[in-house]
Amino acid sequence: MAGDYPERPWATFPPHVISEIHRAADQGLYYIRGAGARRALPTFDDLVFLGASVSRYPLEGYRERCDTNVTIGARHASRPVELKIPITIAGMSFGALSANAKRALGLGASAMGTSTTTGDGGMTMEEREASETLVYQVLPSRYGMDPDHLRIADAIEVVVGQGAKPGGGGMLLGQKVTERVADMRTLPAGIDQRSACRHPDWTGPDDLAIKILELREVTNWEKPVYVKVGATRTQYDVALAVKAGADAVVVDGMQGGTAATQEVFIEDVGIPTLPAVRLAVEALKELGVHRQVQLIVSGGIRTGSDVAKALALGADAVSIGMAALMALNCNAPLYLEDYEALGTRPGACNMCQTGRCPVGVTTQDPLLEARLDPEEAGRRVRNYLSTLTMECQTLARACGKSHVHNLEPEDLAALTVEAAAMAQVPLAGTGWIPGRS
Amino acid sequence: MTAETIDLDAAGVRALNRRLQGREGPVAGRHFIVTNAKGRHALAAGLTERVNVRIRGHVGYYCAGMNRLADVTVEGNAGTGVAENLMSGAVRVTGDASQSAGASGRGGLLVVEGSASARCGITMKGIDIVVGGSIGHMSAFMAQAGRLVVCGDAGAYLGDSIYEAEIFVRGRVESLGADCVEKELSAEDASGLEALLAEAGMDGDAARFRRYGSARRLYNFRIDNAAAY
Repeated sequence: MAGDYPERPWATFPPHVISEIHRAADQGLYYIRGAGARRALPTFDDLVFLGASVSRYPLEGYRERCDTNVTIGARHASRPVELKIPITIAGMSFGALSANAKRALGLGASAMGTSTTTGDGGMTMEEREASETLVYQVLPSRYGMDPDHLRIADAIEVVVGQGAKPGGGGMLLGQKVTERVADMRTLPAGIDQRSACRHPDWTGPDDLAIKILELREVTNWEKPVYVKVGATRTQYDVALAVKAGADAVVVDGMQGGTAATQEVFIEDVGIPTLPAVRLAVEALKELGVHRQVQLIVSGGIRTGSDVAKALALGADAVSIGMAALMALNCNAPLYLEDYEALGTRPGACNMCQTGRCPVGVTTQDPLLEARLDPEEAGRRVRNYLSTLTMECQTLARACGKSHVHNLEPEDLAALTVEAAAMAQVPLAGTGWIPGRS
Repeated sequence: MTAETIDLDAAGVRALNRRLQGREGPVAGRHFIVTNAKGRHALAAGLTERVNVRIRGHVGYYCAGMNRLADVTVEGNAGTGVAENLMSGAVRVTGDASQSAGASGRGGLLVVEGSASARCGITMKGIDIVVGGSIGHMSAFMAQAGRLVVCGDAGAYLGDSIYEAEIFVRGRVESLGADCVEKELSAEDASGLEALLAEAGMDGDAARFRRYGSARRLYNFRIDNAAAY
């Protein structure tokens, strides 16, 4: 207090900054944590739909069809992926997640006719059996990389980067590198596992084209090949992925989560999902391959409204990671004493890196993992995906669309100048698009 | 056994691989000669049967990538990533190999009779690699398991951030990478090395090699090691 008046809040050194300085001074090492960006960012919340009225007419909400199916990979693959809904489960590793969590994601996704994705460390047979459609990631680390798994997957995703850490490799701290995880990755148990940030056998788009050729040759040109990039120079990255021969491009915005990485990466590298979608669509349109090369967008997708807005901006599908984990019970108000032991609370926990997940999702501890019943958790994932789908259909029908892919930028308005500029849709109540009109 | 000849100019890469992968009929135990390789990519990749393949001429990227069981010989030089992610079987290059030879290989044997460029054995996960000549910089980066044997010299930063792979070098090592150290060459190590050299068809007195591996100082994050990361 300065006299009887409250002191001005310290903008340069708010409490969390002071706390981090104290922590760094104590430990001498960057802060490693899980989850995604916590800072406030322009999001899909800054957009609204312009529902039909006189100038447009809607579809009857519970009577008229609004389809949600999507085909991915017909550009080059002889067996493209057919999904019933445009919402997929993002790549998350066994190791970062428990086996029960991976199985639950597979069960939930399969019940809704959509795909789930492996992660760093390879494929487990539990997730293959639980997942009707499984995308197999080829990552820089190549941990657990197995051509037999390529052949039994339904699609292949070459991971160049992810939204939580574009340009960086992953890490899995020793407490989660159990004997089984270590064996799958050919590493000593208990080490702090680091993942490379570059692929060991290719650099640049020309090499990537040859790598994709090899993957197609190994799998008889059957599987769609996705290329996943963290959102940074999105327009160039998407164009180069297309040039390299990708059937689909996955663009992961900076809100995307991670099992563990440096916080400075999570908060300060990459661009939000909102502008990334628009940049990716522009790149695809410039090359004349929009809707031929599918665009899958991820990073902070939480609601059916987010799904609908991403599709309206031109995405073919979205991918969810953190939100799917929350459907499994991540951050649920259960086992409160265990949250407290981690120094956190439900609704604020991002302690995935510790392996002490109170609800059994991001752990390799058998006792904690047992708290997650894969069948029951799979039903929650199914329910959540179903809710997202119905919300998305509701918005599409309100805009008069008989397929969610018929949503378009013209159906949107922006609530902030920033969102208008990033998404390139008019500021609400105006015809103004910053930078264009 | 009579070898079946496949002319790549006539057949193309797709037809070659389909044949060698057994998608056009049984191939186990058969011998193939591939002509007119002309630097094409992904030749003899993704094989799963015990076939013997001799490729006449230089090959491009990822020759014999991700193979199991097969025995592939390149009569020439190999481009980037020869035998990458090899699971088992054998690959022999009679000339030189470009970057990332044997990258992330999980088993089997890669023999390069000439020299190999940078990143030889990068992230190797169980493969054995024997190089008759020298290897380039950053070889065996993050190498996890298996043996890299170099009869010539090794470039800079050998074995940087190495895990449990073993490296044997007969010539000069320009420099070692982070956490890679020279280790004692025990009688058991020498015996295993002799056997591997013999399997690779290389002359060599194992006692003349020096052995390198991980100091295991970087396996867990510690402030004292911060400068090494």
